Amino acid sequence: MLIDKDKIFTNLQGKGASDLRSSRSRGIWNNTGKIIGKGQAWIINEVKKSEIRGRGGAGFPTGVKWSFIQNPNIDPDLPRYFIVNADEGEPGTCKDRDILRYEPHRLLEGVLISAFAIGAHTAYIYIRGEYANEAKILQKAINEAYSKRLLGKNAAGSGWDCDVYIHRGMGGYICGEETALIESLEGKKGLPRNKPPYPVQAGLYSCPTMVNNVETVSTIPEILRRGASWFASIGRHKNTGTKIFSISGCVNKPCNVEEAMGIPLKELIEKHAGGVTGGWDNLLAVIPGGASTEVLPKSICNIVTMDFDDLCSLHSALGTGGVIVMDSSVDVVAAVFRLSLFYKHESCGQCTPCREGIGWISRIMQKILRGQAGLRDIDLLEDLIKQIPDETICAFAAGAASPIQGLLRHFRPLMLERIKRL
Amino acid sequence: MTKLVIDNQEIEVEEGTSILQACEQLGIKIPRFCYHDKLSVAGNCRMCLVEVENMAKPVASCVQPCSEGMVVHTNTSNVKNARDSVMELLLINHPLDCPVCDQGGECDLQDYAYEYRNKGSRYNFAKRQMPNKDLGPLIKTDMNRCIACTRCIRFMDEICGVPSLGGLYRGEKLDIGTYVSKVLTSELSGNLIDVCPVGALTNKPAAGTYRPWELRKTISVDVFDAVGSNICIDTRDNEIIRVTPIRNDGVNEEWISDKARFAIDGLKKNRIDAPYVDKVQADWSEAFNQISEKLGKTSPERIAVIAGNMVDCESMFAMKMLMSAMKCCNLDCCQDGSVYDISARNNYIFNAGIAGIDEADAIILIGTNPRKEAPVLNARIRKRLLKGDCSIALIGEEADLGYPYTHLGNTPQAITSLMGVEGDFAYILSRVDKPMFILGAGVMARDDGAAVHQNAKILAHRYGAVRTDWNGFNVLQNVSSRVGGLDIGFVPPEGTGYGVHGVYEGKADVLWLVGADELDFDRIRKANPNVFIIYQGHIGSAGAENADVVMPAAAYTEKDAIYVNTEGRPQTAFQAVFPPGMAKPDWSIIREFSELYGCKLPFDSLAELRALMFSQVPVFIIEEHTHQEIMTSYSSYLNDSTMSNAPFKPAIDNFYMTDTISRNSDTMKKCTEQILGLSSKTYSEGA
Repeated sequence: MLIDKDKIFTNLQGKGASDLRSSRSRGIWNNTGKIIGKGQAWIINEVKKSEIRGRGGAGFPTGVKWSFIQNPNIDPDLPRYFIVNADEGEPGTCKDRDILRYEPHRLLEGVLISAFAIGAHTAYIYIRGEYANEAKILQKAINEAYSKRLLGKNAAGSGWDCDVYIHRGMGGYICGEETALIESLEGKKGLPRNKPPYPVQAGLYSCPTMVNNVETVSTIPEILRRGASWFASIGRHKNTGTKIFSISGCVNKPCNVEEAMGIPLKELIEKHAGGVTGGWDNLLAVIPGGASTEVLPKSICNIVTMDFDDLCSLHSALGTGGVIVMDSSVDVVAAVFRLSLFYKHESCGQCTPCREGIGWISRIMQKILRGQAGLRDIDLLEDLIKQIPDETICAFAAGAASPIQGLLRHFRPLMLERIKRL
Repeated sequence: MTKLVIDNQEIEVEEGTSILQACEQLGIKIPRFCYHDKLSVAGNCRMCLVEVENMAKPVASCVQPCSEGMVVHTNTSNVKNARDSVMELLLINHPLDCPVCDQGGECDLQDYAYEYRNKGSRYNFAKRQMPNKDLGPLIKTDMNRCIACTRCIRFMDEICGVPSLGGLYRGEKLDIGTYVSKVLTSELSGNLIDVCPVGALTNKPAAGTYRPWELRKTISVDVFDAVGSNICIDTRDNEIIRVTPIRNDGVNEEWISDKARFAIDGLKKNRIDAPYVDKVQADWSEAFNQISEKLGKTSPERIAVIAGNMVDCESMFAMKMLMSAMKCCNLDCCQDGSVYDISARNNYIFNAGIAGIDEADAIILIGTNPRKEAPVLNARIRKRLLKGDCSIALIGEEADLGYPYTHLGNTPQAITSLMGVEGDFAYILSRVDKPMFILGAGVMARDDGAAVHQNAKILAHRYGAVRTDWNGFNVLQNVSSRVGGLDIGFVPPEGTGYGVHGVYEGKADVLWLVGADELDFDRIRKANPNVFIIYQGHIGSAGAENADVVMPAAAYTEKDAIYVNTEGRPQTAFQAVFPPGMAKPDWSIIREFSELYGCKLPFDSLAELRALMFSQVPVFIIEEHTHQEIMTSYSSYLNDSTMSNAPFKPAIDNFYMTDTISRNSDTMKKCTEQILGLSSKTYSEGA
């Protein structure tokens, strides 16, 4: 259980105001210039030591990602870009929304420091189109920051120039994939790129680019202010720090909450979300990290702790920390079918396996749901979700396959019940 | 260099080579749909998956660059399974209508499906239905067959510079099309048929008329412009079914213009299949008698011969021999009235070579619209521009060339001002290593053509474009017979003879036209009402209508012939079909007539004629062509080097109808009407 003193997002619930003065009273923009004064190497090293892992879903260590930009093979004459991924589209996730709403200055401070750390003078915040109000709030915060010289020329007295621009997306889930986001930012259709080259080598306009999640970026200033060792002391090795969990579904009090990494799932739900509707015993399943992670049955929910490695060992993932709770009134097969419809709708259609395969998977799910499927359809489904993610350009298909993979792993009896009796 | 192992074979490749390219070097076949070596890499079909050791997933070999020590497997069961799976997914929404598909038999999807998924489909839902698109008179679409490889999108964007295709919507609903329904306006759009790996984009005029395995293929050369694109004429029995490109990286790469591909239906009607004397059908002896009677009564200086735009070298050579036997020197192969100094070949050829465009770092177009005059060459200029570090400028009429350029003016004065040191482009020119000047052939037909030619040449020298290792002064010819004719010397000798201009002044009593139609016959008749016109050609057009004696000749598809392209590259075309009726090749008509006229030409076969021609015009000996000739002297032809103020005019205004064949073609008429929105009547009459 995280003590209040260790919380980073002190206004996550929106009890205070989001303007610059209130933000400053919460410690934001405190000594930013001095932190930047310590230099790029120090910042990257400190972030590395904090062992913070990307909060966008994949969980790649941020410090390591940043250090790639120090690679001597990267042309030093090219401009570098820093991009904040605020295209929060993962079903069940709304953590970034509340940061944008209530803590925009925390993000902006993070943008300045991160942009400095990777050597970028230009930062883009790619915000999902549906977040219209949040974009307004953020633009207001940017204007405030510019007027107080916290951004722009000699930002926050650091001697570093940093311009921040908002780009609003047009409503594509795939634009949250970093290379699709870059394509979209360049004004093209949001289609993921083939990697290599990675954005760090050739990203926005073929220049070295760093893309980080809103929560990751917002956490950076506090890590640097309080020290990497403080951050690393929360949670466990390689799964450090605090994390915002979005708890939704069959709980009494759905919420966004900041907690220590590695908190038991049961404790998270019972303490912060008012427990499962009808009590813990009424629990059926939980999707622990947004729609793209494997659904877990109650038996696992009893014991699992919410960190990257533990969930990974159980074939699921921490993902974005969007906990979707389903009690026994929920038809988990129907719920997963609904998710597969989402993926069918959001596949970008660029590469063959995903374009053709996700729709097929969704049709088989529908068949199972309607009780029209035979045993061979389950085998076919299993074959498809195993094969398709291996063949695609990006991780979208893997995300689409995950909930179904979980269903097959843990809820096969429920599926077999629906098989057509011949 | 990078060393890696593919299927237990070690190979060293250049940095940045993809695995697929490395496999090709080893001769390992990798199936692919989206990869095309002239287009950017998309990596979206996922058919080229291979296994790389220490990589969790199979990788797409077309996008994955080789790296040091990589161990690649292309024939393991994992690779086979992955490709099988991709193939199954490609086929679930494909209609599998191969029996009625024009691509059947030459379809990549069909071939790879046979190799990779011949077990039947496990998909038992309804297939996706897509509405077909109307892309104009040339391309037939069947969008159900589309596998969304995006080759067509990339082709239009990258090669044509006409970005009219794109992918609409996403996921399963992805729809390749034009967004707002419209026809494709590129002169290269026909290449989409070859670029499309499946039967989604097929040949509209030839739709449903053939199966690929029935066709007999004949290697030939395109004669609709001076690029000399290598083509393959596909025939069945004695009928031309279609024309496809042959890859030649020195000339046309893999592309041909729409005219080269689709104008062939112009050869199927309105053909001259028998001699005519005074508009009455006759036989050969009557025609020959009539001609020899007329020629015998005329003094040689009152006889003139004009060769048309599609005449082959052998015919012009034979004609020149006949005329010199008759002591006549009034020959001209430039119907448009242009005059060239033929003392040096580099006065009239594309000296840097078409492949030389790839090396140029600044290109100045003078009085030319290459998009209309040589679309394939224009695509090469665009390709050079996309590679980067190249500036392009135009002196001439502004037009959409498919790429951005600096417009320096529309009159010859822009050439003069470019000679100075001021101006942005003069600065660029003074800094680049290999500047390239492309002078349009249309310029030479101007009254001050020689002066503009001279000044352009001075300009090229001024910026160091003409030196021992690079000759950047180029003339872009726009008709296929021109360079060959000039090489043979099919022009009036200076001072003693006359050409087209003399004919317009009424100097000729007998005018012999070898496939020449683009003349102002009213003007000729006005200048000399008694002129006796002999026409040998293949289509009943202006020339035949005005002629007193008409002789049927074979078209380019009906004879073996040599054509020289704008860069001076001689290429041989072979006979694909037989000429209609009594028609025969021009050279053999001339040879037969010579015997009757009593001045028998010294050859009895095409081979003997060629041997004779090669001995007298050694540049025609077909071998690997070198084009780094240096220009030493300025034109001696020039009397007056003042250029007029008249703006440059386009040499071609309707790309689709430029000659007898294309004016006679229904497909080209449709293109004129539907793509350009012009009335085809205006153009079908001739010049």
